[in-house]
Amino acid sequence: MTRIAARLGVTPRALVAGALLLAILLALPWFASSYIVSVMVLVLFAAYLGQAWNIMMGFAGLLSIGHALYVGLGAYTGAALFVHFSLPPWIGMVAGVPIAMLAGCIIGGLSFRFGVTGVYFALLTIAFAEFTRILFDHFGWIGGSSGLFLPVTNLAQNDLWHLRGSPAMFYYLMLALVAAALALTRFLLRRRIGFYWQAIREDPDAAEALGINTFRYKLAAVALSAGMTAIAGVIEAFYYNNLYPSTAFAIGRSVELMSAPIVGGLGTLFGPIFGAFVLTVLGESMTGLTAALHIDGIKQWFYGAVLLLIVALQPGGLWPWVAAWLGLADRKDAR
Amino acid sequence: MLVLNILIAGILTGAVYGLMALGLSVIFGVIRVVNFAHGEMMVAGMYVAIVLNQRAGIDPLAALPFIAALLFAFGYALQRGLINRFIARPEYNQFLLLLAVSILLTSSTLMVFGPDARNVQLDYAFDSFEFHGLLLDKVRVLAALGAAIGVAGLWAFFSLTRTGKAIRACADNQLGAQIVGLDVKRLYAATFGIGAACVGAAGSLLLLLVDVQPYIGADFTLLGFIIVILGGLGSMPGALLGGVLVGVSEALAGFFIDPSLKSMFSFALLILVLLVRPQGLLGRTA
Repeated sequence: MTRIAARLGVTPRALVAGALLLAILLALPWFASSYIVSVMVLVLFAAYLGQAWNIMMGFAGLLSIGHALYVGLGAYTGAALFVHFSLPPWIGMVAGVPIAMLAGCIIGGLSFRFGVTGVYFALLTIAFAEFTRILFDHFGWIGGSSGLFLPVTNLAQNDLWHLRGSPAMFYYLMLALVAAALALTRFLLRRRIGFYWQAIREDPDAAEALGINTFRYKLAAVALSAGMTAIAGVIEAFYYNNLYPSTAFAIGRSVELMSAPIVGGLGTLFGPIFGAFVLTVLGESMTGLTAALHIDGIKQWFYGAVLLLIVALQPGGLWPWVAAWLGLADRKDAR
Repeated sequence: MLVLNILIAGILTGAVYGLMALGLSVIFGVIRVVNFAHGEMMVAGMYVAIVLNQRAGIDPLAALPFIAALLFAFGYALQRGLINRFIARPEYNQFLLLLAVSILLTSSTLMVFGPDARNVQLDYAFDSFEFHGLLLDKVRVLAALGAAIGVAGLWAFFSLTRTGKAIRACADNQLGAQIVGLDVKRLYAATFGIGAACVGAAGSLLLLLVDVQPYIGADFTLLGFIIVILGGLGSMPGALLGGVLVGVSEALAGFFIDPSLKSMFSFALLILVLLVRPQGLLGRTA
């Protein structure tokens, strides 16, 4: 086992813990209530989106506060193709992912070409997302501001091809996606492109001076991140069956999406997953509290308070700290 | 004539926007922290004005100095207690801190006042001045006048008083200011307080023109960003120019095209300026 762990580049304890976690997650729908499963679907959505966002911010140092744009583009493409042409979501993905990647390349290409960096880049991503939100509000073919609805069919049997089914089906689908994203990011981070990204994150000028084509690699990070995000967008549309521009492209959605990786640990591989778990479980327990106390806004208040505490006390994120405490990582390998 | 009326209404509203954005610009220009809780701070101030109006019948214009002072205290305490520790940290960390503050502000107003839209009752709400055929709403003129006085006061503070000059020194060269013995952290706290007071004053003025509800804070934060980016982050005249530009473009787009499309033009303008001239129309360096 030590040999397997060494080949994977993790400590033996981390290998055992990972295998145990995977086993629990795979068996979860068999023993947990349907409520727990639906909460876990939310956790997995947040984890996957966090992983995708983390490629830009955590790896390449590009702060995007408009990531809801890519979720929304994926969701609307998938849903519109289903509603108007009865095309299944997988076809929708084939269309939606390149659209989101193209949008990312346009935003990234323009920004990097014109030397827009730092705060200005972040504000530009917000501006594009908000622009698209208002545009979609007035786009009648996909429902405009009154929303786009997917016909809900009988949920008695799971239809993976049309993504019609129980939360358990979505649970396994998202679990597979999160695992795939973890494997992909881990793979990329140990390749040349991963090291280039980290060099650009630490010092773009130095990276450029060393001969790295920073334009190309930054664009690659944006395109990959946007494409991965759009996949979750398509699935989300078929999970919730309704779409409104005011929620799909909202800045609140972007902020929600980026809080999991930041709370978990920017630039870490497991951080987004851990952060998604902490925040979603916290949010759900606050929903219970709101129902018990009958006060509007108390959920958001606690969410804000916890965010404030984590940012103030553990700015590097929770995961590196937890991983060290559990003894899952030696030295820098907390990632 | 109608178009001219709309143009002037846009300029007057834009002056209030300018005062709001000025607060954001001052904070960024000196502390180099982007205040993502700016609109939320304004909404909190607006609710204080609403309470004073409904419980004691005080006009928002009369309550303005009190609200500005209250927000100054809030901003001072926030910078002193929290943000000063984050000065040396990365941008995304500061962003997250202020995001948490904005969530706390929005949810607090929601918990106390509920989600319904509120406004103030004014007996002069529908009065207007007529000037050579031009029709000017009294509330809009008063709001713009208030904004002009606020801006003039701020300009006087920064160019005439010792504290104002010291703050400008901090903005120009933080290390140099420290070397000559300025208490930079205290000046930063005062700066954040002044920025907050600006937005509090703008909130009391804006209350004459719009309804308030807890969730509009984020919209005003974004509006503030659009304005300061247009004018140039950190530039005081730029914030005013940006405010008037956005006020006019909103008024014209609302009249000629569709009121719900008006902010799309602002965002398009923002994208264009960010790409072509990221330092803003009146900004010095990027």
